[in-house]
Amino acid sequence: MKEESPFTYRDALQFGLIAGILVIFISLVGMVVAFNERYIVAQTITLGQIIVFLPPLTLGYYGARRAKGRQGSKGLLMSLLLGLVAGAVVAGFVILGTSVNLRTVFINAAPKLFDVLTFGRESAAAAALWAIAGGGLLAVLGGVFTLLSSWLRRALVMAITSVVLIGILQELLNITFGSRNWFKPVNEFFFEQKGLSWTGAIVIFVVTVLISVWRTFYGDRPAKAMSRMSPQSQRSIQIGSLVLGGIILLLVPRFLGPYPSEILTTVGIYIIMGLGLNIVVGYAGLLDLGYVAFFAIGAYTMGILTTVGKLSTMEWSFWLALPAAVLLALMAGIILGIPVLKMRGDYLAIVTLGFGEIIRIVVLSDWLKPSIGGAQGILQIPKAHIGGYEFKGPEQVYYLVLFGIALVAFVAWRLRDARLGRAWKAVREDEDVAEAMGIHLVNTKLMAFATGAAFAGLSGAIFAAKLGSIFPHSFNLIVSINVLSLIIVGGIGSLPGVVAGAFILVGMPELLREFADYRMLMYGALLVVMMLVKPEGFVPEATHQREFHEDEEEIEADSLAAETS
Amino acid sequence: MLQRFFRKYDTTDIVMWLIGAALAVIVIYGAARTLAVGKYSSDVWRDFIIFGLAQGSVYALIALGYTLVYGILFMINFAHGEVFTGGVFTAYFVAVALANSGFSDEHWILSLLILLAVAVVVSMSVAVLLERIAYRPLRNAPRLVPLITAIGASFFLQYTYRGLYGSGVKTYPDIKQLSGTWVFFGIRILRTQAVVIVASVVLMVGLYIYVQRTKAGKAMRAVAEDKEAAALMGIDVDRVIVNTFALGGALAGAAGILYAMLFKQVNAFMGFIPGIKAFTAAVLGGIGNVPGAMLGGLFLGIVESLGPSLVLDGLGIRSPYQLKDAIAFLMLVLVLIFRPTGILGERLSEKKA
Repeated sequence: MKEESPFTYRDALQFGLIAGILVIFISLVGMVVAFNERYIVAQTITLGQIIVFLPPLTLGYYGARRAKGRQGSKGLLMSLLLGLVAGAVVAGFVILGTSVNLRTVFINAAPKLFDVLTFGRESAAAAALWAIAGGGLLAVLGGVFTLLSSWLRRALVMAITSVVLIGILQELLNITFGSRNWFKPVNEFFFEQKGLSWTGAIVIFVVTVLISVWRTFYGDRPAKAMSRMSPQSQRSIQIGSLVLGGIILLLVPRFLGPYPSEILTTVGIYIIMGLGLNIVVGYAGLLDLGYVAFFAIGAYTMGILTTVGKLSTMEWSFWLALPAAVLLALMAGIILGIPVLKMRGDYLAIVTLGFGEIIRIVVLSDWLKPSIGGAQGILQIPKAHIGGYEFKGPEQVYYLVLFGIALVAFVAWRLRDARLGRAWKAVREDEDVAEAMGIHLVNTKLMAFATGAAFAGLSGAIFAAKLGSIFPHSFNLIVSINVLSLIIVGGIGSLPGVVAGAFILVGMPELLREFADYRMLMYGALLVVMMLVKPEGFVPEATHQREFHEDEEEIEADSLAAETS
Repeated sequence: MLQRFFRKYDTTDIVMWLIGAALAVIVIYGAARTLAVGKYSSDVWRDFIIFGLAQGSVYALIALGYTLVYGILFMINFAHGEVFTGGVFTAYFVAVALANSGFSDEHWILSLLILLAVAVVVSMSVAVLLERIAYRPLRNAPRLVPLITAIGASFFLQYTYRGLYGSGVKTYPDIKQLSGTWVFFGIRILRTQAVVIVASVVLMVGLYIYVQRTKAGKAMRAVAEDKEAAALMGIDVDRVIVNTFALGGALAGAAGILYAMLFKQVNAFMGFIPGIKAFTAAVLGGIGNVPGAMLGGLFLGIVESLGPSLVLDGLGIRSPYQLKDAIAFLMLVLVLIFRPTGILGERLSEKKA
């Protein structure tokens, strides 16, 4: 619809304005300065500068692409125009910011910000001119991308992305492999003190371009080769790769060391929760915003039953308390599920949110302090162990989490196409029709709540044993929102999607401390953008893929029918 | 007899009744014990109720935003609490500037009006932008999609405010003329509370007249009744929707200033809890129902103000005020479970399903 309308000069102005405002926005919320500390290419370009470049670049690309359809070569002109407008907006902001003290209102409008935006130029007028010229240049660069053929465009985008990613990961690589012998020469080749070296960046760039080009033209070769093989050898290759994957998963902590293992366990705990919420939201279509409550119940059950500190009761071992935690969470899922059975959609979301908040407030209050510790939480929760092997640090807890994920993923995977899984999907699509088809709504919905809650309980129990102490502040609404975001980004209802979502949304911010401050800001934006642009997620489930692209398929079908007739 | 009973009501209904009955017993028991002990004098109860009315009228103003939008789009604008924050947080800086220049000491009414204008304009802009960017493209999407968008927008706005204005708690400057009390008909009322109650009554009456008497209000009601028919009658539906968001935003902005007069403190995340409470108020009164939202807000304000000392204290719970928000959430859950159509009934309930 929108794509059809011709791209006018007014649209170009509007795009330019948007790009400029975006740059001002990321400046004022502090992202530019915070990200400016991180050099991507040593002494040349920082992440902060890259995010400043991004809006005019991408909008220049989109502007040119939309203009191209109708007006031929006008695309680049449009890009130039919108880039100049964007630059002018930023220039205005720079002049304003350097002459008036905006800092009394906007805490991030510090001189440091304007140093970044002016690229160190002293006079505001020169900086403004540079901003306008730079905006135009970047947008035209974005526009040029529309002229390239798609394989080249893909290769270039991939190459730039991987340079930026590897640049970002420098610190992590240093922490992980710093003590290894082989790492030193590699490090010296690719990296300088801060950021990639020029040679490193160029090598990464060229290699990625080559890989991408190879994949475009010869990427189907391995698959073709495999399809030529006999079924037996195909099967053995599949099994072989599974076994290999399993072995790699088992060796990961030994290879990577404590810090990455720590991140992986955190990601893993979110994967377990995500798989659980995926059943409730993804399979059964019940939007549950109080999901953190079951995580809390699991963690608190584990804490109370096993702690040897002040609040000690049973002093059970981890393995004895684990089923209790899961069972209690499961029962809580049913108990909280019963009252909300008749609710749909948004009311359900709000009620579950209410439940979650009530539980958090009650746990935090003095009322139950004697038994669950109030704001001080529960301390001295012993680590899990089997025989003499203690799940002590992140490298050991990793296996515990891996075991949890394997268990939960297996259950979720087997349930998906089982009778119950299909019943859930029927309920998701249309409750009334599902009921008419003989699906028992009460049982089906309660099973979804119970299964989801049990997974969260397991996750919470592992979480408690991992940290050794738990506090009510770890169980606020943000956790529910995080889990919801990760399944939406990954693709609602899709199991690989949960894993991908957890790695993107939980792993990335853990890696980059400067991202951590802007985590929720980006999650929020991501939720909105995903819903607007790609509601089925990055690794979509088949039915959702169809559901969200119904119109396109219909159009395709229509045009096909028209062609054949 | 028993068989007929069981055929008519299934197990879940019975479980729900039991839960409801148990809660009623607990509440009555707690209240009776508190009253029997006589810990608080009647003056204290009266102050509780007046404070409840004051905060309830703030809730009511925010609740109107939920109700107006729900009435037209059948969606819960989850980010409405953040619309509220936007106005009052931005107006804080104006308030400080006015206080520092000494202007607000001399002309306190004028400076309050300036703050009100700032908050209204900012909240309105946030609401309209939200509609334009996040909600309009999704008007025909499956129902969960706009809700998830709204949740995302809510967090985005919270952290945007934090990024722009900082994460600390900021305190509105005092207005000298409004410290102390006034006496109406022998009742002593804190001046701020009196101003809040009067201002919100004025706003609510104004809104009622706008919706019932003006042409724009009529268009709004027509769109709420039936979008297609309204469009056929020559009403620009998009424009009415924008109007509705703007109106809800304006009321939220005004509510923000009143909130700041009552509680003084503002921060980036302040809108979330009042937002949920106002939503509760909207549901209490029957969502989509304008007078309902007003009554629901006042009712919730009073319950929240009385609840901890009246019921929880009697039950022997330690530091009951910590559970103040839990009472509001419990009300939300109970209303949605037992009477989702609200006290006054949902004006548009038949269309909701």
